Amino acid sequence: MKACANDSSNKQGLLPMAPLVACAASDSEVPLRPPRLEQTFVTGSVAGPSGKIPQVLSVLKRLDHWGSIKARWGVGRMHYAVDPGLYALGSPQECSPVLVTANYKMSFDCLREALPGRDAWILVLETEGINVWCAAGKGTFGTEELIRRITASGLKDMVKHRDLILPQLGAPGVAAHLVRKQSGFKVHYGPILARDVAAYLDANLRATAEMRRKAFPLRERAVLIPIEIVATLKPAMIIIPILLLISGFGGEEGFLRNIAHDGIFSLLAFLCAILSGAVLTPLLLPYLPGRAFTSKGIAVGLPLAMVLLYAWGPDLRSWRNILFGGAWLLLIPALSAYLAMNFTGASTYTSLSGVKREMRWALPLEIGAGLSGFATLLASRFF
Amino acid sequence: MKDLIYLKDVVTLRVDTDKCTGCAMCLEVCPHGVLAIDEKRVRIGNRDACMECGACSRNCPVDAMSVEAGVGCAAAVINGMLNWQGTACCCSVDPNNPSAGKAAGTCCS
Repeated sequence: MKACANDSSNKQGLLPMAPLVACAASDSEVPLRPPRLEQTFVTGSVAGPSGKIPQVLSVLKRLDHWGSIKARWGVGRMHYAVDPGLYALGSPQECSPVLVTANYKMSFDCLREALPGRDAWILVLETEGINVWCAAGKGTFGTEELIRRITASGLKDMVKHRDLILPQLGAPGVAAHLVRKQSGFKVHYGPILARDVAAYLDANLRATAEMRRKAFPLRERAVLIPIEIVATLKPAMIIIPILLLISGFGGEEGFLRNIAHDGIFSLLAFLCAILSGAVLTPLLLPYLPGRAFTSKGIAVGLPLAMVLLYAWGPDLRSWRNILFGGAWLLLIPALSAYLAMNFTGASTYTSLSGVKREMRWALPLEIGAGLSGFATLLASRFF
Repeated sequence: MKDLIYLKDVVTLRVDTDKCTGCAMCLEVCPHGVLAIDEKRVRIGNRDACMECGACSRNCPVDAMSVEAGVGCAAAVINGMLNWQGTACCCSVDPNNPSAGKAAGTCCS
């Protein structure tokens, strides 16, 4: 095991322990309990100075995989967490590396799975079941929480070095220089991806430039699609019956015949808009024109609307059909653009200033097109 | 594949070269290779790639980097405008400070 190889670097920086930050005590009156041994993924324990430390393996069980799948679809995602505190991966020694992560279970699983056959300490911060990057942006994966966990876990007595390895994406929440000053531990920012951690450890805590860049490849965009679709479900349950109902009115045929024609088309068109904004736009993101996500959403939604209308082939001599088709020509791109715009939150490269600027023109456009589309849809029922 | 770049000339990132000591901590934590270093002074090399995550300013020991950090999430901004606590994704916003208290960005990865 190579863990002791960088012992030399540990001698520096043994600063005297500064008094704990004031908020550590006042913030959480509840004493910080060690993680429970009864969690499903804990396989054993190792002895610590103040009780047993739960031991985990790098091999995930079926239950762990199933949990990840459910979380991707939004099932129980808000509470998909492990207890915060110190864990032993394998059989770590006092010279083994200390890796810090969030208590979102998928983050924790991702890290241990990436370190087969290695021994390490894993210090899990309380981030309320949110991943490292999001939690760092929020500040829960932060300087204070890190210092609090270092103290509460008795880490100082478990390892003789004073080095912590944090994921690079934890940096928005953690001030490395303050952690050093207040806890004596030196923060090393490791690679962005857990799968690069082994290589980083082997390279004596050096990450390549590539490991430090956050890309947004197809696979990462694809796994976000389920949650985008799930987010549309609730509004869809309300909108779809309304669309069916509206389509039934007017015309020469009866209410039910209208629903069978125009109603089904409305349903298809609505699903098409969701497909466009929540599935196709994320998948095709780098290849779509424009920088604003709204433009990208329109770039998929408008052609899709035209193809759909062409396939429908309405009789354009009737005002009813012209207005009905026109309504969907507005509604599909508007909805697609709106969903695409909301994908900024899941993307890995949009700035808040940029999103605000985009929204200044995009939101009025989307609402305007949406409302006029809806008005046209209603108007078509009077012919 | 080329890196994805968002809107032009919009981010709030600034470097105070007088304060900068050239420790390069900001270069290490930046996830988009925005910064470069010339003769022991950091400069902004690729401004439009910045996503205002705030990692550089948080980790600058001499306060030379400044950026209005926040998460670029339209749903969070909308929730903030409507004074809602977000539920659709983890983009929950503190309504009193919409640009600070977000849990989003890559909500789900």
